[in-house]
Amino acid sequence: MIDTLIHILLLLIMPPLLLGVINRVKAVFAGRCGPPLLQPYFELWRLLRKGSVFSSSTSWVFRAGPLVSLAATLTAALMIPFGGHGSPISFAGDLLLFAYLFALARFFTTVAALDTGSSFEGMGAAREVTFGCLAEPVLFIVLVALARESGFLSLTGALTYASGGMWPSGAAPLMLMAVALFILFLVENCRIPFDDPTTHLELTMIHEVMVLDHSGPAFGAILYAASLKLFVLGALVLHVALPFGAMQGWLGWISFIASMVLLAILTGVVESVMARLKLLKIPQVLLMALSLAAFALLLTVR
Amino acid sequence: MMFLLLILPLLGAVAAWMIRSEQQRPLLLPLLAVPHFGLSLVFALQADNRISNNWIDLDPLGAIVLLTVSLLFLFCAFYAVGYLRRDRPDRSNRVLVPALLLCLSAMTLVCFSRHLGLLWVSVAATTLTMAPLIYFNRNARSIEATWKYLMIGSVGIALALLGVYFLAYATLVAGVDATLHLDELLAIAPALDKGWLKAAFIFLLTGFGAKLGLAPLHTWKPDAYGEAPGLVGALLAGGLTSCGFLALLRVYQVMLAAGGDDGFYRQPLLVMGLFSMALAAAFLVRQADFKRLLAYSSVEHVGILALALGIGKGALIGMLLHLMGNGLLKGVLFLSSGNLHRAFASKSTLGMRGALRLLPWSGGLFLAGFLAVSAFPPSLIFQSEFIIAVNAFRQEHWLVGGLFLALLAIIFLGMAPTVLGMVLGTPPASLPDSGFRDRYQNVLPPACLLLAVLLLGSWMPGPLFDLLRQGAALLGGGP
Amino acid sequence: MVSFLSNHLLILVMLLNFALLSTGRLSLAVRLATAQGVLLGLLPGILHPLNWHLMVITAGIILVKGVIIPWLLFSAIRAAEIKRETEPFLGFGATLVIGAAVTALAFLYVPRLPLLAAHQGHLFVPASIATLLTGFLLLTTRRKAISQVLGYLILENGIFIFGLLLAEAMPLMVEAGVLLDLLAGTFVMGIVIGHISREFSSLDTSRLSALREK
Repeated sequence: MIDTLIHILLLLIMPPLLLGVINRVKAVFAGRCGPPLLQPYFELWRLLRKGSVFSSSTSWVFRAGPLVSLAATLTAALMIPFGGHGSPISFAGDLLLFAYLFALARFFTTVAALDTGSSFEGMGAAREVTFGCLAEPVLFIVLVALARESGFLSLTGALTYASGGMWPSGAAPLMLMAVALFILFLVENCRIPFDDPTTHLELTMIHEVMVLDHSGPAFGAILYAASLKLFVLGALVLHVALPFGAMQGWLGWISFIASMVLLAILTGVVESVMARLKLLKIPQVLLMALSLAAFALLLTVR
Repeated sequence: MMFLLLILPLLGAVAAWMIRSEQQRPLLLPLLAVPHFGLSLVFALQADNRISNNWIDLDPLGAIVLLTVSLLFLFCAFYAVGYLRRDRPDRSNRVLVPALLLCLSAMTLVCFSRHLGLLWVSVAATTLTMAPLIYFNRNARSIEATWKYLMIGSVGIALALLGVYFLAYATLVAGVDATLHLDELLAIAPALDKGWLKAAFIFLLTGFGAKLGLAPLHTWKPDAYGEAPGLVGALLAGGLTSCGFLALLRVYQVMLAAGGDDGFYRQPLLVMGLFSMALAAAFLVRQADFKRLLAYSSVEHVGILALALGIGKGALIGMLLHLMGNGLLKGVLFLSSGNLHRAFASKSTLGMRGALRLLPWSGGLFLAGFLAVSAFPPSLIFQSEFIIAVNAFRQEHWLVGGLFLALLAIIFLGMAPTVLGMVLGTPPASLPDSGFRDRYQNVLPPACLLLAVLLLGSWMPGPLFDLLRQGAALLGGGP
Repeated sequence: MVSFLSNHLLILVMLLNFALLSTGRLSLAVRLATAQGVLLGLLPGILHPLNWHLMVITAGIILVKGVIIPWLLFSAIRAAEIKRETEPFLGFGATLVIGAAVTALAFLYVPRLPLLAAHQGHLFVPASIATLLTGFLLLTTRRKAISQVLGYLILENGIFIFGLLLAEAMPLMVEAGVLLDLLAGTFVMGIVIGHISREFSSLDTSRLSALREK
């Protein structure tokens, strides 16, 4: 009961903090002071108090987009274990639902972007689904490999087994999956080197261009959902990469929070030292992640 | 003592590298080729079918190839003196002469190897030492030929190494101490794992087949033979193919000793042999470059060798005769065609007429070589092809024997107009005088080789015939 | 422990295959191939008890594949003044996918082979086949002469991995001979590459097309 409460509290409160950490790390690398760590919370609060403007050419799809994606991401967040503790919702086959919830969120974000009728946002949507085509198989293959190795069809079972029972004999496939998932984590959360979350009006970015027309609380929902997605996928990476399954009680929670912050710092470092890839290069990197994941699957099937 | 035969050319190569004078260096070739041939003769006469524990020993099969290669090299060496000193003083032969000697050493090692690993190393060495020779002319075309030769040759030989490994693994699976020594392999062959044996054969056939230029792995051959000097072409077509074929014979020995179903190695040999002949026939007709013509003729003849090996039994003695005849005749053809090339300053068969009138000896030798290689008696090739055909029918390979004869006829009819057109008639009036004349130095070596082929075709010395019989017996040959 | 180490080294080797297939920068590709050669040089030392035969071979492999061959290739790259493989016959993404597919096929095929019981749990045979085919892929899809030489080296690495299974059958002299052949082959290819770049002012082997049947 306590664990469930902590789980829900964590997923509600912690996500924006990660964004703050990433931004601070990038600022330090660039030699700036940077915004306060809690800046994303202030922005969410500011956006929630604002009114909304909806274009007269949009339909209900445009309004539903942010809410559906927020809801889908929240549900997914309830299905993934944090720090070796089982998730509140867990049943056999939930890893399929987990993957499809992200697909649902992506679908509504892109449809909402298309609904505006703006060619600019349409272009972003096209890019989003193009890269999604290559990114989703990575997630699926990793999940299949995890299920195959652990014998569980639920995320809790597969991930806690992966981070406990598979060490050290299956270190190689786990390492491969962790690398593939980290690439996926950067792609899905629109981080450098795949997308630049700080630009809004350049022809090069993907995610930010789709949400240009959203404002007020709806935009706040999008921001919050994005940070939640970062949090959930980060938890997935960490559970594959680190042996949380072997930890008990408070140790699990504390180490989880600490490693989450570390992951955010690592992301900030990656963003600071790398340049954005050419758009044409991105599919190639995604294919590499895909081959890594497929190779990991091969090693577990063998 | 046998090491002497290997070390002699190596020392010669070092000496050739040290000698500064472009004029004196080529003299080293006959100086070493004569004792090499003498020693080869001595060892070959001692060769028999005893089982040996040494890595280096000469059995009848090795002896036959060694004699062929050494004799061919002997006359090529004499030819090289005149060629390098008189006709090509413009090119440095500082790489060519040592590389020729290194190649001789490697070819000798192929004949002596009783260990498949060593055999592989020496075959690979022959491939590599030939690369600088093909590039002797140093132009864009010859570098292209060298590159193709190197890539196909290296990859082919690498696949053969995998085949050798598979063979060793077959011994491991059989539960005996892994070995690649030929005599030990032959002793334990019946126990070898059949699956690995088949895999090994496929890779070895592919690898050594690329080396031999069996179709469809022949693509480098017309390019390399076409761009290399005639001297090098003779050694490629007569020496290297013989050595590569010896490697294939070693593999065949193991497969034969393993017993059981023999279709898996006979059929690919038959198919590749016939395919090589058919492909050569297709490209020989109206071939516009006479060196490429000879290259396709070489594809045809290695095809015949593979075919005879596939037929087996009685055809094997024909195959060994063919090996010798082909090796020596390629010397005649390439050396005399090299003379024609220099005199006409072109490799094209289209504008070339009257070679007999311009260079009576070289043209005559080219024509005689062509007739001999097309199995006119008393050429050795007549005997060998006759034996192969007879045995194909005797073993009721009706289709194979029929196709064999039909393809021989097509190839002869395809080649004859080109060759006759080259040698007959009067030379074009516009032909500038190249200054090239028939001389003893460039005519005697091919003439001697031709004489050897005709002599062997009409009168086979007893000891040599014993070698051939024993060699065929090693491959399961008999009446 | 031995199989744990060797399996992980082989996984690294296969990852290097992927990396080689997906890079177009020649100097990076040479470095990756060097890394692969050195990793493979370490393998015999892990598999077999230490003796002088082993040390000679390990030192030889690392010297040849880790020092001399890369040096030869780097000097060829410098001499030809080229940096990348542009416009391969098949795109980098496509070759990577094919490379992953052949690796998968190698893994699926190997359990059908009649391997010794002692070799069944190991990755040697699938890694060998996968590396061999990767080499083939590089050889056939790349235009630049240096990439093709790299393909040949990778192909040879694949064969070498299979050879590890039968160290007893391969005496020192033969292994040394194989290594020497590889070195001499690369040396000759390096020289030929130099001549190609001088003759054609390019290392694009698709320009080598003067010789053909008319």
